[in-house]
Amino acid sequence: MSRSAFSVKDDLVENRLFLNRIFAASVLIVLLSVGLIVRLIYLQIVGHEHYALLAKENGIKIVPLVPTRGIIYDRHGKVLAENTPSYSLELIPEKIPNLDDTLRKLQKLLNISDEKIEIYQKQRKRQKYFNSTPLLIGMTQEELAKFAVVRPFFPGVDIHTRLVRNYPYADLASHVVGYVSRINEAELKELPIAEYRGSTHIGKIGIEGSYETELHGKTGYAEIETNVQARPLNTLNEVNPLQGANLYLTLDIDLQKMAYDALDIYNGAVVAIDIKTGGVLVFVSRPGFDPNPFVVGIASSAYQALQTSESQPLYNRALRGLYPPGSTIKPFIALAGLEYGVISHQQKLFCPGYYQLPNATHRYRDWKKGGHGSVAMDEAITQSCDVYFYRLASAIGIDHIHDFLQQFGFGEKTGIDLEGEKAGLLPSRDWKRNQRNQAWYPGETLITGIGQGYHQVTPLQLAKATATLASRGKVVHPHLVKNMENVSNDGALPDNNQVIIPVKPANLETIIAGMINVVHSARGTAKGINRDIDYQIAGKTGTAQVFNIKQNAKYNENEIEFKLRDHALFVSFAPANDPKIAVAVVVEHGGHGGSVAAPIAGQIIKKYLKAEYEN
Amino acid sequence: MKTESRRDQFQPPSLLGKLLRKLHIDIPLFICLLLTAILSFVILYSAGSQELDLLRRQLARIGLAFLLMTVLAHINPNQFKRYSAVLFGSGILLLIAVLIMGQIGKGAQRWLDLGFFRFQPAEMIKITTPMMIAWYLSEYAMPPKVKQLLIAGFLIIIPTLLIAKQPDLGTAILVASSGAGVLFFAGLSWRFIVAIIAALASLAPIIWHFMREYQRARVITFLNPEADPLGRGYHIIQSKIAIGSGGIYGKGWLGSTQSELEFLPESSTDFIFAVFAEEFGLFGCVGLLILYLLIIGRCLYIATQAQNTYNRLLASSLAFTFFVYVFVNIGMVIGILPVVGVPLPLISYGGTSIVTLLAGFGILMSIHTHRKSLPI
Repeated sequence: MSRSAFSVKDDLVENRLFLNRIFAASVLIVLLSVGLIVRLIYLQIVGHEHYALLAKENGIKIVPLVPTRGIIYDRHGKVLAENTPSYSLELIPEKIPNLDDTLRKLQKLLNISDEKIEIYQKQRKRQKYFNSTPLLIGMTQEELAKFAVVRPFFPGVDIHTRLVRNYPYADLASHVVGYVSRINEAELKELPIAEYRGSTHIGKIGIEGSYETELHGKTGYAEIETNVQARPLNTLNEVNPLQGANLYLTLDIDLQKMAYDALDIYNGAVVAIDIKTGGVLVFVSRPGFDPNPFVVGIASSAYQALQTSESQPLYNRALRGLYPPGSTIKPFIALAGLEYGVISHQQKLFCPGYYQLPNATHRYRDWKKGGHGSVAMDEAITQSCDVYFYRLASAIGIDHIHDFLQQFGFGEKTGIDLEGEKAGLLPSRDWKRNQRNQAWYPGETLITGIGQGYHQVTPLQLAKATATLASRGKVVHPHLVKNMENVSNDGALPDNNQVIIPVKPANLETIIAGMINVVHSARGTAKGINRDIDYQIAGKTGTAQVFNIKQNAKYNENEIEFKLRDHALFVSFAPANDPKIAVAVVVEHGGHGGSVAAPIAGQIIKKYLKAEYEN
Repeated sequence: MKTESRRDQFQPPSLLGKLLRKLHIDIPLFICLLLTAILSFVILYSAGSQELDLLRRQLARIGLAFLLMTVLAHINPNQFKRYSAVLFGSGILLLIAVLIMGQIGKGAQRWLDLGFFRFQPAEMIKITTPMMIAWYLSEYAMPPKVKQLLIAGFLIIIPTLLIAKQPDLGTAILVASSGAGVLFFAGLSWRFIVAIIAALASLAPIIWHFMREYQRARVITFLNPEADPLGRGYHIIQSKIAIGSGGIYGKGWLGSTQSELEFLPESSTDFIFAVFAEEFGLFGCVGLLILYLLIIGRCLYIATQAQNTYNRLLASSLAFTFFVYVFVNIGMVIGILPVVGVPLPLISYGGTSIVTLLAGFGILMSIHTHRKSLPI
């Protein structure tokens, strides 16, 4: 208030100014109100007849014209997802005198589950008036016949043909292609409503999910003149829908089948990558599941069975499965050792069968009792000598190991065009301090050197890292879609920038030579797969511990319960000098990488390269 | 007007007059508000598909709002003046809190959950912004100087941007116009007004750049509703059909076919005017507009009778903002303004807007009923 003492206030002048403004505001308000009234007169008197016509006798109905979903092909044009016509029972609620009663009768007649009624009720509510909503999709001949008899008693209920998504390869490619299913309520809130009027299904997972926009296309509409009963009289205006894009995947479904079958009784994952392009050739997660029931609405009992099954068929092992890399990490550790200059490739280390840290009693054991004797780097890789890598890891140090492995994509998502990918875990001193609030122990560096401990990878990550190693440090970006046909919206394939990891070519060749010996030398751990080929395969076996054996106890495969057996791993690429394909295999509880996992990779490589050379 | 105030001064107040004075209720304003509230129930009953539950909740809200109005009417306007800055400042802090919580919760966030009830700081800002500007300007002689205008402009822009960021374009417009109203009534020179309008027009491309995708879509739809008849243009096309088909006399109460068939979305909230226009026709619309103008007129009258600058500026700005409410809502429903989320004041279902609006009228009543009986 003290401030006002300094300014001179003239009440009379201020009052006049204020009244002037009140007057001006009143004029403005009246003018704008008159503007509103003029507009109302225009709508309600001048346009009345026009609008009354629209509203009452001859309503104009805007119906969505739903685009046809794009087809998904493999790299050779084999159909992985298509649309097949199917009969569905559909209701127009506005034409039905008593909806609840009708639903009850239909339920009894056709034996429809309560669940489907519930789904129908939800879908009905988001439809515009006088639009038809399906209650039953994919009707059988028997159901069709049953309804045909009583049809006259059910006004507003009719049989329609709709296109229904079909997956001819069923469980074989379910984790790649994914599936479409009814749009649920959570999705409804996120979706652009205008684009999905008339659409009942949406891609949930896999390619169907991640390329939903492209596959769906753009909804069109027609303005239809209707009479009082909402029967269409005349189409006034039509905007055609833009059909969904067809997708060509990099996947080779024949190779996929071979890999899937090769896993046989085991659960696991196989990922193969075309090294030159990054295109994923094989993406197997076994067991798969049949996606077709999800399209028409899977019964809750069947879904429950899938969810509770011990083999977890809904779990995408290739994308989300986390496994210790085991000995498959050794070539990378060896390369890190050379790059950081802590060892030369000729330098030999002695392996007595175990390793002890200075001033400690714990014995870190080698898989080979009695040890490998004195080994240089290539032999250490070929024979997978644990002690060599304990010592090497210890010399490099965990922080350098972390930084080096990170360049190959460990601990990070590969960025494949599928949703839900796991990043795995690449441990470091910082990570342990931040996440666990604990110090890093030297022993943990040792076991990181042989791919045990905290380090976790997905099979996809292993394949990517192997492909990157094979292409001599050029980072490979795995992806599944090769190209798209008639893309109507702004869909575009991701554009990856070229990254090259700075490593010395000589060091790389040393490592790769060791990996060739894994397959081609007499003492290699995967020598079983080197027959009938005129090129070289480079590989590395791995065994990932599922549980810890006690000190001084012996691991005996036959005595151990299947569930507790080690996971078998194998990474490989070929031809070693001009790599075209990289394969990573994880066989859950498969025991030894060399005997179970390597043959699967061998089969894939041989088939793929044979076809390549024939072309 | 003069005769009435003279009567106030010289005639001994009647018993009823004394009672009303005690209640601090302004009878003409109160009657108009009550009429509008009753009208609200009549329309809501029809628009909300005759759901009684909807009415019950609206009744509770309106009851609370009237109570708050009466309470505020009892407070001396000098108290409002004294706490203007504090209320404004805490409102801004709450807005920031809401924004931060929104950042954490990822997505639009307008509510502050206090456990027993949810509070929308943006609503409070609608009243505290004009309070703040009126308080600030009332310290100086009218018309305000350039420096004061700049500071006042700054004080208006802060809450406006914070609310626009929520994002709630409708409320941001209301807050900005409530502050701008104070400047206008304070005597902002016409030259300035023209300059500001010109500046805003040239800023339009920049504002466009900062708008959310859905806000842009609304503007595009407003300019060409037929572009997207299945989605965003749908509201406007349908509401025009509903209003136009109502004609001069309307289809009668409960006679709307468009909202009954749910051709018309949001029929009980932002688009309730379309239902009203369909049922009561042009006559009804003009009648409702007159009722609104009566309320605004009474409020402007109260402003002219106010006895100090703060009271005048606040009262006139609240009256002006109420008109902006009416104009923006009806304007968007009849298709002459873009669709921004502004309810039809006192009639639309839901929202805390009714509580805020009646709180504003409570302040107006307080200003009017706390006048000193003898002019100084």
